[in-house]
Amino acid sequence: MQKRTLLSGQKLQITIKRLCHQLIENHIDFNNTVLIGIQPRGTFFADRVHQELSEILKTDTIKKGHLDITFFRDDFRRKDGLVTASSNTIDFIIEGKQVILIDDVLWTGRTIRAAMDALLAYGRPESVELMALIDRRFSRHLPIEANYIGLQVDSIDSQKVKVSWKENEGEDKVILLSEPSSPKKS
Amino acid sequence: MAADKLSTRHLLGIKDINLNDIELIFETADNFKEVINRPIKKVPSLRDITIANIFFENSTRTKLSFELAEKRLSADVVNFAASSSSVSKGETLIDTVNNILAMKVDMVVMRHPYAGAGQFLSRHINAQIVNAGDGAHEHPTQALLDAFSIREKLGDVAGKKVVIVGDILHSRVAISNILCLQKLGAEVMVCGPTTLIPKHIGALGVKVEHDLMKALNWCDVANMLRIQLERMDIKYFPTGREYSMMYGLNKQILDSLDKEIVVMHPGPINRGVEITSDVADSKQSIILNQVENGVAVRMAVLYLLASQNDK
Repeated sequence: MQKRTLLSGQKLQITIKRLCHQLIENHIDFNNTVLIGIQPRGTFFADRVHQELSEILKTDTIKKGHLDITFFRDDFRRKDGLVTASSNTIDFIIEGKQVILIDDVLWTGRTIRAAMDALLAYGRPESVELMALIDRRFSRHLPIEANYIGLQVDSIDSQKVKVSWKENEGEDKVILLSEPSSPKKS
Repeated sequence: MAADKLSTRHLLGIKDINLNDIELIFETADNFKEVINRPIKKVPSLRDITIANIFFENSTRTKLSFELAEKRLSADVVNFAASSSSVSKGETLIDTVNNILAMKVDMVVMRHPYAGAGQFLSRHINAQIVNAGDGAHEHPTQALLDAFSIREKLGDVAGKKVVIVGDILHSRVAISNILCLQKLGAEVMVCGPTTLIPKHIGALGVKVEHDLMKALNWCDVANMLRIQLERMDIKYFPTGREYSMMYGLNKQILDSLDKEIVVMHPGPINRGVEITSDVADSKQSIILNQVENGVAVRMAVLYLLASQNDK
């Protein structure tokens, strides 16, 4: 397995800061805007963005929730595993809010499709935007694009993007994993 | 965290599932409980699954609860009650079910007056089967929702003392409860008149007590069962009034205990017989929580079973 580091340490921190400033540009004081991290892995990123925003704006009133999409997936009974759900923690009303969906990696777009469905169970938001730390471009199965992107990467299906955080794996790091290619016959 | 798959294709009884299965069902039910308390109480997980509810015996709660669980998971539901069907024209169980399955049904939820009906069916047909009560044998989803309700009320089931009071002899709820609670690490006692306690129930590792006061003083949770008159072919006690005096739970008894116990009842309640109204409606009673949890637990069971039904 070959590893290539895409983002780490300070560079990742700068990326998060930039994304926060982009959010502030569009949402100013976050009066009517809420952040929703997608379970299980988008929540760490959402928590970071929330923390950073709160520091920049010196406020503790920005609303943040975690959304689980397990029951809304379109691959139920079509692949093994992954039936156990995570928790939903949305203790505010979505109706009429501007929602920023936050996930770590945007790949096929199917997770985001499910998240938009899951979100509707909490009411009708005024608008929904998407923030992704890593955008694996040119690999979408659905017509979905992110509004705020940390880093775009070109990757093939067999590769994997792994985002780890201090909170879950002890280190802030984004790596691209690929199987070593078999030597070509000339 | 529990593994992400049930060890069984059907839910025929608590006897056939392990601790890990029960924990997985509880964890999933926690999620569904949150779902059914949302403004929109529906998820699309089972939208391509058809479930037949086949009830050869009367039911209100269980049938409604299963039907709601199925609908909240977006499954297609067909209902079948034996009283209004061709069963009364002499059709056999396998024929009846096979005819229903020929209409492309994926899962069967069945209640039947004979013990082992679910087991029998699972050997002969292809669909997944959920036992919603078979004779005096098992009623697994009731036991799961009872244990889930205890876990919710007291934080944990392990180490708790649960007494099941009443007609143990005719009760599938009692058997499933005993097995389920023991798997989760609780201590179980049964209490009732000698005639309504099966002779060899001690072999299941439960305590037997005939004095209600002693049983209540021992327990953290009292599960009061109904006297199943419809299953009694002979007289098991002199009169209903005498039963009620010996084994009925009233407010006076409840208040005389030195600790606050939790009162449960699987329904339907015969108010004034096994439990008085003021107890059934008291703060200590979690009877309606049991009903609410029933939907969440059944959603979890159906969801987890369906995940094994490959397209």
